[in-house]
Amino acid sequence: MTENILEVRDLVKHYPVTQGVVFKKTVGQVKAVDGVSFGLRAGETLGVVGESGCGKSTLARVLMNLEKPTSGSVVYKGQDTSKLSGGALRRLRRQIQLVMQDPYTSLNPRMTVGDLLGEPFEIHPEVAPKGSRRAKVRELLDLVGLNPEHINRYPHQFSGGQRQRIGIARALALRPEVIVCDEPVSALDVSIQAQVMNLLEKLQGEFGLSYVFIAHDLSVVRHLSDRVAVMYLGKVVEIGTEDEIYERPTHPYTQALLSAVPVPDPTQRHNKTIIRLTGDVPSPISPPSGCRFRTRCWKAQDVCAEQVPLLEIRQGSDHPSACHFAERREIVATSEA
Amino acid sequence: MSDILVSEQSAPGSGGSGRPSGRLLEVDDLRVEFRTRDGVAKVINGVTYHVDAGETLAVLGESGSGKSVTAQTIMGILDTPPGFVTGGQVRFHGKDMLGMSSEERRRIRGEGIAMIFQDALSALNPVFTVGFQIAEQFRIRRGMGRAEAKKRAIDMLDQVKIPNAKGRFNNYPHQFSGGMRQRAMIAMSLALDPEVLIADEPTTALDVTVQAQIMDLLAELQRERQMGMILITHDLGVVADVADRIAVMYAGRIVEEADVYDLYAKPAHPYTIGLIDSIPRMDEKGQQLRTIKGLPPNLMNIPPGCPFNPRCPMAQPVCREKVPPLLQVGSGRASACHFAEELVNRD
Repeated sequence: MTENILEVRDLVKHYPVTQGVVFKKTVGQVKAVDGVSFGLRAGETLGVVGESGCGKSTLARVLMNLEKPTSGSVVYKGQDTSKLSGGALRRLRRQIQLVMQDPYTSLNPRMTVGDLLGEPFEIHPEVAPKGSRRAKVRELLDLVGLNPEHINRYPHQFSGGQRQRIGIARALALRPEVIVCDEPVSALDVSIQAQVMNLLEKLQGEFGLSYVFIAHDLSVVRHLSDRVAVMYLGKVVEIGTEDEIYERPTHPYTQALLSAVPVPDPTQRHNKTIIRLTGDVPSPISPPSGCRFRTRCWKAQDVCAEQVPLLEIRQGSDHPSACHFAERREIVATSEA
Repeated sequence: MSDILVSEQSAPGSGGSGRPSGRLLEVDDLRVEFRTRDGVAKVINGVTYHVDAGETLAVLGESGSGKSVTAQTIMGILDTPPGFVTGGQVRFHGKDMLGMSSEERRRIRGEGIAMIFQDALSALNPVFTVGFQIAEQFRIRRGMGRAEAKKRAIDMLDQVKIPNAKGRFNNYPHQFSGGMRQRAMIAMSLALDPEVLIADEPTTALDVTVQAQIMDLLAELQRERQMGMILITHDLGVVADVADRIAVMYAGRIVEEADVYDLYAKPAHPYTIGLIDSIPRMDEKGQQLRTIKGLPPNLMNIPPGCPFNPRCPMAQPVCREKVPPLLQVGSGRASACHFAEELVNRD
């Protein structure tokens, strides 16, 4: 494979929990992201899945350099992004762009589509000289399947799916190399979701983009991703190619997650076993000692409370898994479509 | 359909109590419009469905298809204005509820028909404890004393598997996690032992593992109590797991109704086909997803003929002229497509 375009090393992001108004004191830390490492290769899609509160959106914010990491680093083509400032940071921002979840709140309602898509060029005038911007915006609209004639419309005149296309066009404006997609299709209806997913795939092929695709929907992630990282309470518990994760999962959490996904086929109703997890995800302020999943895990032993399982390739498996008792188990019966 | 005949025999005004079987809940040619400043949106355009005891009917549709508005009309919680019922009936045990006084309707709510909502945090009152909100029903509707109502409420929390129900009684909704709030709301809606439960996107806001827990719980409670359940959802996966029958809605109409196995095996409406094809499946490896082109219609300006015709790959001139009625195709299934027969008989 080619080299990593983006590398995340031991990334940690803690948010302080404070008490008091005048004399604030820190009483704890929300350990939103707690030691995450992975590499993103050029032209690939890395899916990041996990339930709410697992730190996937915080990860997106740190990748985008919207938050400084507490420790660890995000390295883009050899540069540690958190150490950049001024012009160097601005140049970096051109290369990594974000598509947000909610197309209703992420577009300024007072700006026309033309202004929204033209704004990136004002910050980065070197990409398109002033005279050519209007034409560039039309080109972008056409690229994402919107009518270039609608350049003077406002966001409220578009449907949810169309707005998400505007969000994608905006992310594409500066011809970035990496796009971080944070739940880009979860607010959309199924028929519209498929259109946007196909668009993302098409654009990736056309521009050789690398995606970090963050979502909670495991079917969507499988469809788009080359590799998948599964997160639980701020840590990656398993990472591997799409086949490795979906066909040969070894971490109990991945297995439980996969088994809970409803399959749109009523004939499968009785011959699938759902692994029931009991209880809720523990608070990220005081995560369990050792393995964070042990409080809900059916395999938990004493060692799980004492030792943090490392994310490494285990015996009998072909990809890294952070479980002391990693074991293959078939959950999803895959068929070639 | 033949179902209607059964219900017409039940004389109006008799209250329906004690009548054996018949249809439990029927929606018959319901029409609702929203009168807004910008114009009149025809949100429900003749919806007919029914649910019997012990059965789960899934109402499937995308945003704006009218699935939630139908439920709100059944419950009598439609915002009026802007929403107005312009035609049709909602019969509970054969008696039309739309003609009842608000006092009569209130008696049905909770005991006859109860509803759970997508967003439990906004459905629960934030300034009262969860326990109080459940116990309140026993005190007001059953005339129980404080202590007994509390005992029953704790029992309900137990039934929905909230750990440490006794200790949780005095908690406020914000102290519960998302899944527990949903459980609390289920406890509240089932407190008076309703005959029909309407679940409006009950798991949409929840994570998959919690979703599986909640759907299990609902299925179990339904079996125990032999409730009729109307499950409103957009999720074809959840539907495949729990539904007996499915009604697919589009632009305020039912476009297809069928047994769950038939619907997935051989959908008889182009919209249903499009929906099933456009979901990414976890058990199938990638390729381009098939999509439904275009957008759902503007309800203030529904296209003439079949409302799906501008997006339909099979559309013919007749589709732009005549509205296809929901007709029986094969046993126990109906489709509102001019070419339904062809679709059912295809290989």
